Amino acid sequence: MRYLVAVILALLALPLAAQDWEDRQVFGAGDAAVTLRIVSSTDTDLFAPLIEGFVSANPDIAIEYLVTNTSDIDKRFRATPEAFDVAISSAMDLQLKLTNDGYAATLEGVTHPAWAQWRQSLFAFTSEPAAIVVNRAAFEGLAIPRTRQELIEILRAHPDRFRGRVGTYDVRQSGLGYLFATQDARASETFWRLMEIMGGLDVALYCCSGDMIDDLIAGRIAVAYNVLGSYAEARVAGDGPLDIILPSDFRTTMMRTALVSGDSPRPEAAERFVRALIAYTPEGAAAGGGRSLPPLAVEDPGADRATIPLGPALMTFLDALKRDKFLEEWENAVVQD
Amino acid sequence: MQDNPKVSGSLRKRLVLTLIGGAALLAFLLFLAVRNFAVQVAQQGQDNILFASASSMLDAASLRDGVVEVDLPYSAFAMLTTPADDRVFYAIYEDGTFLSGYDDLPFFGSLDDDRPRYRTAQMRGATVRQISAHRTLIGANRRINLQIVLAQTQDALSETLDRIFRTAALLGVSFFALAAAMSLWVTSSTMGQLNRLTTSVTRRGPQDLSPFRNPVPQEMAPLVKSLNSLMGRLDHSLSQSEDFIAEAAHRVRTPLATVRSYAEATLQRVDKEENREAMRSMIKAIDESSRTAGQLLDHAMITFRADQMERREFDLVELLRELVLQLAPIAEMKDLALNLHGAPSVPYAGDPILIQNAVRNLIDNAMKYGPAESAVDITVTAGPPVRITVCDEGPGFPADEIDRLTTRFARGQNAEGKVGSGLGLTIAQDVAGAHGGSIELSNREEGGACVTLLL
Amino acid sequence: MKFLLVEDNRALADAVASRMRLDGHVIDHAEKLEDASAFVATGDYDLILLDIMLPDGDGRTFLERHRASDLDTPVIVLTARSQVSDRIGSLDLGADDYITKPFDHAELEARCRAVLRRKSGNAKTTIERGGIVFDPVAGHLSVGGVGVTLRNRELRLLEVFLNAPGQVFSKQKLADRLFSYDDDVSENAIEVYIGRLRKHLEGSELSITTLRGLGYRLDHAG
Repeated sequence: MRYLVAVILALLALPLAAQDWEDRQVFGAGDAAVTLRIVSSTDTDLFAPLIEGFVSANPDIAIEYLVTNTSDIDKRFRATPEAFDVAISSAMDLQLKLTNDGYAATLEGVTHPAWAQWRQSLFAFTSEPAAIVVNRAAFEGLAIPRTRQELIEILRAHPDRFRGRVGTYDVRQSGLGYLFATQDARASETFWRLMEIMGGLDVALYCCSGDMIDDLIAGRIAVAYNVLGSYAEARVAGDGPLDIILPSDFRTTMMRTALVSGDSPRPEAAERFVRALIAYTPEGAAAGGGRSLPPLAVEDPGADRATIPLGPALMTFLDALKRDKFLEEWENAVVQD
Repeated sequence: MQDNPKVSGSLRKRLVLTLIGGAALLAFLLFLAVRNFAVQVAQQGQDNILFASASSMLDAASLRDGVVEVDLPYSAFAMLTTPADDRVFYAIYEDGTFLSGYDDLPFFGSLDDDRPRYRTAQMRGATVRQISAHRTLIGANRRINLQIVLAQTQDALSETLDRIFRTAALLGVSFFALAAAMSLWVTSSTMGQLNRLTTSVTRRGPQDLSPFRNPVPQEMAPLVKSLNSLMGRLDHSLSQSEDFIAEAAHRVRTPLATVRSYAEATLQRVDKEENREAMRSMIKAIDESSRTAGQLLDHAMITFRADQMERREFDLVELLRELVLQLAPIAEMKDLALNLHGAPSVPYAGDPILIQNAVRNLIDNAMKYGPAESAVDITVTAGPPVRITVCDEGPGFPADEIDRLTTRFARGQNAEGKVGSGLGLTIAQDVAGAHGGSIELSNREEGGACVTLLL
Repeated sequence: MKFLLVEDNRALADAVASRMRLDGHVIDHAEKLEDASAFVATGDYDLILLDIMLPDGDGRTFLERHRASDLDTPVIVLTARSQVSDRIGSLDLGADDYITKPFDHAELEARCRAVLRRKSGNAKTTIERGGIVFDPVAGHLSVGGVGVTLRNRELRLLEVFLNAPGQVFSKQKLADRLFSYDDDVSENAIEVYIGRLRKHLEGSELSITTLRGLGYRLDHAG
């Protein structure tokens, strides 16, 4: 009986799962020999130029591009690794753990700098710093903060102006938000003070960068903390209402990574796609015409400590106990009921 | 005559094989030792890091309100970063109950023992090194045992080991190459000593039986000593052989001489013609046997000398002149003329004693067959080949027997009544042969036999 | 002539000595080197016949000593050993000639004469009788001042007759003295030599008489 219920539930879950994507789009010719299933946390419009370039160069490959959030990618991928060919995510920790747990295929023939790849399986192809994004209008008469400390001081000085008008990721929902938060927390106590201030100002919590930026542009919030600068820049090319600030006290830079599923039914095509990804260059980015992803930093970022290193340490905050403890602290700071 | 020695194996080969084989074995052992040591050291290195990581995790555990909190330090995993991006697995248990990490990584240590346990095992398709460590947390009213299992793949380790193995292999191969080269060098320099000795033995003249005086390595001293002792014995036995032949001649001839003396004395006193005739026959027989014995012994001596022949420069004409002078009384006794013709000087390299003996035998024969008051002509002409011809005015060789005559003991048909044997010609032929020459027999048109010694 | 014979084999020594005496020589016989040295010290010899192997030593040591003491008496070595090895040693040590045993007396006689002739400076023995002057060593005969050199067998024949004047020699006896035993000698050959000698003796008081059936005899007409 229980078994029957389980089967029915599974059958019900399948179409639900299939439809439950933030976005789903197919690129390439309908008669292509293979169709790669790519699951990604990157908005389609940001990624489209890159995919289109790939399918025009490889007409035998079509691409089904599926978008969901980073935690969901991890969950779905672990559930059915054979259903996907490539996973692309901004959550480096989740991607690394997937690789560590053996879900990623080893691509022996791919050459990529050691700092930008892990085990020849996980390949970074963008460098994207976390930014403080402000709506200039909301800061009229105030200096635009350049550091977290300046932001804290402004918020503390003008609680009325900013109450309910600050936003950041809900780290309980957003994998990227959690990654940025844990890295910030590791870097400086300032993070916690900022969280406490923001918590005191009834911070708005977002699942995703897109919504946060939408509200910024609309003026519903004045400041968004730890937004992907690349997203913001993509949304408001040139003289928009937003200022994108890369904090000068310390930076946290994420690398978007891709991996090929170890159970991919189309490993050869998948590898070709990853090769195209890591060949992604600033020139290619420029050709994309504004709305595209920033390329990978050319230099080894080891020295500046801004870029989150790809390594087993990323697994620390994924530990259940550690995560519980972190979220507890975060909630204590932010959710001040 | 020159027996090739029975060869069993090669000293050089044995030496080279032993040295090179030894070097190969040593190189291999060196490789194994370095490899095993490297494996130990590398494994120890990995174990140390695993231990440090596990310890930092255990240290981060605490009890708060009776609940376990594990605030994993970032560095616990950071320190497990390797150049080969090794995978890391961990599991945290509270009194055996899984708390977090990988639940397929069971605790394998012993709770009675505070020391960490290590093992190498298979996990998720990879070989991993595992550590099990535990710590007891004491709260207000609880004691909790926290267990940590940490595992790391060994990709970096095997890369390091591969590099060390390659270095060790290179070391082994280099060692082997050097040792092989040195063993070849040592072998050839050792063999060189033997070769030098061999050369100095080979280069010696046949009569040189003096001991070796050149310095040799200590190990070869017994060989050279035995060689010298052998030479000494050989020298002794050679001179004994000569002595023996001379002594044999003495032993045979002395009694013959005695008998002959009695016979001759008797002949002087006997008047009856038939008795005298008997005595004469007896004396003739004695003369013949003594001459034969002499020639046999001469022949033995000549064979002996020819085997050991040592050439030296001398003037053939002078030698023949001396010989003619020596034989003159016998010729005179028979009213024969011995005439030496030819060049005033013919230098030649050979054994003068052998040549003199050969020519003496030829002249003896000529004087025997030549009639009284005739001449024996000895002619020498410079070569090559040098020719010494001895001609008499006797009856000459029977035409059908010229070839057979040079065979030992063959006597000419017309030699009846003459004391002598075919040994004279045989001796001459042997001497010519020893000098790389031959003899030729012919008859003179005006009558008489000619024997030519070609040298 | 005075000879010293050093020979330990008595039979051989007797045979040699008796033949030498027949030829008119004086022979002293020593059986040991010691005796030989004593003889040499006291007597003045024209020739020494020396055996090599003697009971008290090697004849060559004697020879060596003899030459070292500046005596030039000629020496003929008697040896029974191989010609090839011994000859060199004895000649090098100063022997004038050598002869291998057993030897024909004719050969020994010829060698003695040859040696004496070479050393004729110190010993000159001529026989003067019946109008002839005869030097047996040189083989020289002169009759009435006219000299002639005799051939060996003529010389030997004359010597035989002069050593025993008036004695009758049969043809066989003469042949035994003149020829070696391995020579084929016909009685004719003796007659030839007798004829030649008679011719040489013409003009002297000596003549050879034929005694039919018996032999020949040297007569002195004076």
